[in-house]
Amino acid sequence: MRQHTATSIAESVRSGEASATDTVARALTRAREIDERDRLNAFLYRADEQALEFAARVDADSAARDTAPLLGVPFAVKDNLNVIGLPTTCGSRILEGYVSPYTATVVDRLRGAGAVLIGKTNLDEFAMGSSTENSAFGPSRNPIDPTVVPGGSSGGSAVAVAAGVVPIALGSETGGSVRQPAAFCGIVGVKPTYGRVSRFGLVAFGSSLDQVGVFGTNVTDAALALRVIAGRDDRDPTSADLPVADYPAAKPSAKGAGNPLLKGVVMGRPKEYFPAELDARTAELCDRALERCRSLGAEVRDVSLPHTSLAIPVYYIVAPAEASSNLARFDGVRYGRRVKAEGEGLRGMYEATRSEGFGPEVTRRIMLGTYVLSAGYYDAYYRKAMQVRTLIADDFRKVFSGGVHVLFTPTTPTPAFPFGSRSDPYEMYLSDIFTCTANLAGIPALSLPIGRTRGLPVGGQLMAAHFDEERMFAVASALEESLGPDAHR
Amino acid sequence: MIDDMTHSGYPPKAGGSRRTTHAESSDYEMVIGLEVHVQLKTRTKAFCSCSASFGDPPNTNVCPVCLALPGSLPVLNEHAVELAIRAALALGCDVHETSIFARKNYFYPDLPKGYQISQFDKPLATGGKLAIGNRNGAPIAIGITRVHMEEDAGKSLHDRFAGVTAIDLNRAGVPLIEIVSEPDLRSAAEAGAYLRMLKQILEYMAVSDVSMEEGSLRVDANVSARPRGEKQLGQKTEVKNMNSFSGVERALEVEFARQVAMLAAGERVEQQTMLWDAGAGQVRPARSKEASHDYRYFPDPDLPPLILERKLINRLRENLPELPSARRTRFLKDYQLSDYDVDVLTASPAIAEYFESVSTQHGDAKAAANWVMGEVLGALKATGEAIARFPVRPQDLATLLNLVRDGTVSHTAGKQVFAVMVRSGDSPGDIAKREGLLKVSDDDALRRWLDEVIAENPKEADRFRAGEKKLQGVLIGAVMKKSKGSADPKRLAQLLAERLGT
Repeated sequence: MRQHTATSIAESVRSGEASATDTVARALTRAREIDERDRLNAFLYRADEQALEFAARVDADSAARDTAPLLGVPFAVKDNLNVIGLPTTCGSRILEGYVSPYTATVVDRLRGAGAVLIGKTNLDEFAMGSSTENSAFGPSRNPIDPTVVPGGSSGGSAVAVAAGVVPIALGSETGGSVRQPAAFCGIVGVKPTYGRVSRFGLVAFGSSLDQVGVFGTNVTDAALALRVIAGRDDRDPTSADLPVADYPAAKPSAKGAGNPLLKGVVMGRPKEYFPAELDARTAELCDRALERCRSLGAEVRDVSLPHTSLAIPVYYIVAPAEASSNLARFDGVRYGRRVKAEGEGLRGMYEATRSEGFGPEVTRRIMLGTYVLSAGYYDAYYRKAMQVRTLIADDFRKVFSGGVHVLFTPTTPTPAFPFGSRSDPYEMYLSDIFTCTANLAGIPALSLPIGRTRGLPVGGQLMAAHFDEERMFAVASALEESLGPDAHR
Repeated sequence: MIDDMTHSGYPPKAGGSRRTTHAESSDYEMVIGLEVHVQLKTRTKAFCSCSASFGDPPNTNVCPVCLALPGSLPVLNEHAVELAIRAALALGCDVHETSIFARKNYFYPDLPKGYQISQFDKPLATGGKLAIGNRNGAPIAIGITRVHMEEDAGKSLHDRFAGVTAIDLNRAGVPLIEIVSEPDLRSAAEAGAYLRMLKQILEYMAVSDVSMEEGSLRVDANVSARPRGEKQLGQKTEVKNMNSFSGVERALEVEFARQVAMLAAGERVEQQTMLWDAGAGQVRPARSKEASHDYRYFPDPDLPPLILERKLINRLRENLPELPSARRTRFLKDYQLSDYDVDVLTASPAIAEYFESVSTQHGDAKAAANWVMGEVLGALKATGEAIARFPVRPQDLATLLNLVRDGTVSHTAGKQVFAVMVRSGDSPGDIAKREGLLKVSDDDALRRWLDEVIAENPKEADRFRAGEKKLQGVLIGAVMKKSKGSADPKRLAQLLAERLGT
């Protein structure tokens, strides 16, 4: 399943060795193959026509040839990102028939860099879930082993990259929804700092947590895609006006030839992320990865993030609270599905539309969120959760200001699990126990493959201080290089 | 969609027993606090770049943001913030360096996002004051609790199409400020005075069109009754749906009477929303759900806190337009006009500016005041036009006043010239010439008119000749009429005396 990287595709299109049109046509064929023949259900919509048209334009644009970093590179986006002329479903029945009249900033930026969108990928409904089992259009399957989930909620994008359809894809994170599927599918997934990437055009779930993330076959591709989409966007007031470094070229801070690659880098190993009950092989692979970093000159310190255990409870108050408000607009009035309830009037229409349009997990979270924001409960739940969220962020701040550059942890407590094995919602929520902390704190984090257990990929997670993606990428690419083929065995 | 009205209106139409007597009413004190929503006069909406103009075809000023399409995000209109600050400063409020936008969540078809972006526990400004005149001889100032920013909802049109409700989202997202007063008002008349004063200030600040008819100013009133002398506030109700200031006053009287009747009968006033029916002159309870909304406010995560630099606030304070009270004082001093004249001339900033421009160019403030208050305001009242669209420009009126002063046209002819100016917008000199209204002192012309008048009125001429002096007025009046006011009456009197040999 080895494939071309974004960098190599852009090079061959630039040199004239391949055309964007042929490259994109091959990606579309592969997309059809994995869904129709292999039943991976990665794509909710393949934009064949739009993609080929765009590819032809890339081929005709000689000015872009020298400057576009992703020239002719096919990519996919999670179907909660809007693209003009294409449906946006969010994996939900409630958006039935909806076609977006505008394009998300991140998609505009990738296209501006010469990349070609080939389709929109499957997800848990409104990005709520960790397996894509909550998609109204059926789950996606893991290309490594089709009997296990690909993870979620950005499962379809992870599958599209892991199955070799596209070298890069966009997902979104509210609580680990890029890193967890990246770990399950054996690829690289990045959640940038909150505010690093524009959310304009990303359908909101938990607005204070949401961030567009990238998948790549390797660290360099993910870094390149992030460099293209990152940076201030006037249409998103929460996007940061800060310079964006050249992530693919990121090097650790140590200067001077002959120095080991990670000399001077301090890595933290938070003990809360290595509980006794952690899958033994996962723990072993983490140790191996840390050992490699040490051998590259990094110093590894044991650290503590004492409020880690509160992350899941806090997350499941903050995210549903915001979701209950963000999803109020799906009311059957202006677009999407409308279910009339004869004789029940407006209220009946609201109830019928929303109870038929939303699946059970979305309904559960809307109810939960509505409850925690209600008069009399706000202080006990939402306000308290926001206070604890600050404590969680302070944990990270203290560690990073104490000289630690990056943290290393397993991305998930277990590898990908079989379909239907986590029917208890709370058990499902626990798959995000190591990832949702970064969303709550707003810091950047990345998952990269560090080996396999029982044939399934295991992800290692790197977390860095706010807006320090550069160092995170530098350590990730050093580790990736050091692991080499071991990353996949 | 509205639940059945299980409660009937107050006061009962007929046959119902009215328990309130005048004596009972005066045993109670009315306590009023007002919530005023004011549309800010911006070119674009509060959180997107759609036009905020009024009266365009339905759903033409909309975009992904104000339609609440999935994935869209609000971007704050900085001009709206400036106008809101200006209004808050004019009301003497503290404008806070940090305020927070919050979401007010509720479902309604004309609220696209399912929440309204507003401000809740950290508003833009707090703690202002508005002087509204005197109570029992002592000046009173009404406390302004807060001024906060929010966005408007769309409009539901229930009566446009049979059987369905139509929604127009042109207004959705238009910037508003809400101005909340303390419960400091003690009568419907004070509420009316507060509203008129507030409207005048906002007009002077040029932050809003403040038109209740167009919906750019909306009033909700909280009202309660308590026995006179009681310090504790009574249970309040909220009265909505008034569409004029006088409607507010009437609604308050009616609701107060309803409460007093209940209290006097030993009943309890229930916390609820009452809707004013101007046609019936009644208040009716709104469906009870409306009163018991839980809006689930929380800080809007899409909008960073609104941080205002002290420098910006100070700059806006220094550049605040002249307040009505300051202008009143200045007019009294600079133009030596009566209190009444100054009140009329400063009622709206546009009238005041018009007057000032005429007065400055003509030089005689009293004449300018008389003409503006008489002719200009009369003409505006007749046509219902705003002074902004008045065809007579201040410099043209000043020119006309100059012509009257130097005797080129008579006072009477001047009014006729003015009437033509209102219709045509032409310059007064041209009109006077064209219509033959220049004062005629040419003896030949005057004698011709005089002869005609004597021929047409032989009896009167004879009686005048016989010594009935009072008939001079009739004869000269007839000439004036014939000359359309252009004849010089003094010269005419001399010629008449010569002609009829008296």
